[in-house]
Amino acid sequence: MAQTLYDKLWDAHLVEQRDDGTSLIYIDRHLIHEVTSAQAFEGLSLAGRAPWRKSANLAVPDHNVSTLQTERAGGLAALPDPVSRIQLQTLDDNCETFGIAEIPLSDIRQGIVHVIGPEQGAVLPGMTVVCGDSHTSTHGALGALAHGIGTSEVEHVLATQCLIQKKMKNFKVEVSGRLEAGVSAKDLALAIIGRIGTAGGTGYALEFTGDAVKALTMEGRMTLCNMAIEAGARCGLVAVDEVTLEYARGKPLAPKESQWAAAEAWWRTLRSDDGAHFDRAIEIEGSAVKAQVSWGTSPEMVASVDGHVPRLSEMPDETARQGLKRALDYMGLDEGMPITDIQPDAIFIGSCTNSRIEDLREAAAVLKGRRVSSRIKKALVVPGSGVVKAQAEAEGLDQIFLDAGMEWREPGCSMCLAMNADRLNPGERCASTSNRNFEGRQGSGGRTHLVSPAMAAAAAVMGRFASVDAVGAVSPVTAGGE
Amino acid sequence: MQAFTQHDGLVAPMDRANVDTDLMIPKQFLKSIKRSGFGPNLFDELRYLDEGVPDADNSSRPLNPDFPLNFPRYQNASILLARENFGCGSSREHAAWALADDGFCCVIAPSFADIFRSNAFKNGILPIEFSSEQMDVLFAMMYETEGFRLAVDLVAQVVTLPNGDAWSFEVDAFRRDCLLQGLDDVGITLQSTEAIRAFEEIHARRFPWLFEDLVL
Repeated sequence: MAQTLYDKLWDAHLVEQRDDGTSLIYIDRHLIHEVTSAQAFEGLSLAGRAPWRKSANLAVPDHNVSTLQTERAGGLAALPDPVSRIQLQTLDDNCETFGIAEIPLSDIRQGIVHVIGPEQGAVLPGMTVVCGDSHTSTHGALGALAHGIGTSEVEHVLATQCLIQKKMKNFKVEVSGRLEAGVSAKDLALAIIGRIGTAGGTGYALEFTGDAVKALTMEGRMTLCNMAIEAGARCGLVAVDEVTLEYARGKPLAPKESQWAAAEAWWRTLRSDDGAHFDRAIEIEGSAVKAQVSWGTSPEMVASVDGHVPRLSEMPDETARQGLKRALDYMGLDEGMPITDIQPDAIFIGSCTNSRIEDLREAAAVLKGRRVSSRIKKALVVPGSGVVKAQAEAEGLDQIFLDAGMEWREPGCSMCLAMNADRLNPGERCASTSNRNFEGRQGSGGRTHLVSPAMAAAAAVMGRFASVDAVGAVSPVTAGGE
Repeated sequence: MQAFTQHDGLVAPMDRANVDTDLMIPKQFLKSIKRSGFGPNLFDELRYLDEGVPDADNSSRPLNPDFPLNFPRYQNASILLARENFGCGSSREHAAWALADDGFCCVIAPSFADIFRSNAFKNGILPIEFSSEQMDVLFAMMYETEGFRLAVDLVAQVVTLPNGDAWSFEVDAFRRDCLLQGLDDVGITLQSTEAIRAFEEIHARRFPWLFEDLVL
């Protein structure tokens, strides 16, 4: 029978199917970070249990780390925030106690868990991958079954190498044709969420397919799958193809030469069969997708850059009207105003959504030779890992950002969730390449507009949201005013 | 885990759609390495007028008088009424911990986000789904009647309203059993140790590269 990619991955990891509709699913890779693991390790200790298979786990600190070189130079012990220090130290201690491999803060390979996993080859096609973080959906870009879990499940995976799951339904998002120049995977992700809503994917595994998806690089596919959770889907998926194989080849933890052929043979089967059944499917014309800007407090509240903030009269019912009213009030925006009239105070380029080398190249291409507008109060570029940072520096991207007047930071989650000192002040408005525009997400009272790296760079130069083309019309010599 | 069989409790509103887990427990509280004590910080940014900090005394902080959960009539509520897509966003189980710590053991909404639903069950919180129309009725009754209570019976899978109407609800059979008996998942799964070992052996032969030592 014809199977979807999700069906195949599920079947390959099915340990036990039970009469009550649940199944036991085997987990190949468990990624761990400091924020959602301490209580799980404590649970393990209290029950006198040991990790089922140590080598299935890889830990890295990322959410709660300082991104300032000066603060990190002295190591963990010198970090200024004592509460964060304890949490980071607890991760180190737990990894030591339980014999789990950790990339420590001082290691050049340290970075955001969803960046370093694929980068190190710790995540490979065909794997089941979990992590106590909802953006684990990112790894579906490699044709892996990957989703976020809560801390109780972190403990469960540590103790049993399995998860109790109910099989999800299949949802196909087919993007035909090609994305236009200046439109990236982030814009596509936001446009899809805008169309199906933040609960549109609830209960589904979301497979992205079609020529426009196949044309994406691995980084672009990761951005797309990363945002699947913002559509309510615990996991996003992209079929394995040459792009995937090329990416996996040569990664530090990739299969050895002697195992590669067998791995490749299995990986090449990781695509949905012709005629496979999807419970839901939508089609999107790639060329119709425009650069997006979120205007509200939910990732489904998006408009194209040439569009406008919705009007109350356009809402279908009272709940929607109340929701819009609350969002406009929080965001300090007027109904119906053009997106290009919105002026950010801050720029954030980073996060597990958009901090990979290609994202930085995309932003740098817009910023090259230009200056950040004088009305921008802070502009951070936070690479996703030490490896990304080194690559960017080798290409001279860091200098482009610095010359533009931006800060070039150390790797971490940073202002995506503002657990560390990188945050917005109340009322501040940010053009952000992150994934969530919830109230207070980037700092209490902060206002987030989700955009692609190119759009964040364009907003930085123009001091308001603008298409990348509009920046192009401003010559590098004269740009930067307002 | 605390077992859940029957519960009769005061009902309080969280009357908006897409309540995300960032709103339920803001990031600064995620620095804690404990599982308990999050209750006073549930909906922190809505509940207080100042900005919350971890490990602080919350009892002297200025309360937001406009936030319903601060109204005298909703004090000691244990059942929360909510709207679509409750618990969306971050996988932080701290959201469920905060709800439980603040005394809630049941959330009733038209729909829940997947990860939150799972986290809720694992912390003795029963998520119940009723249609949007049913929710409108419940909200209206609750706003009209001070001291509005509901009786939740997980054994019979019904919620009984003050007027005697009994509304049945669906719940996943496995999750229901776990809640009724207060069972934790790890203990249940470890009963399948042999099956896991047997699977693992076959899996390792088929995909040997997955079982290499992870050497950094």
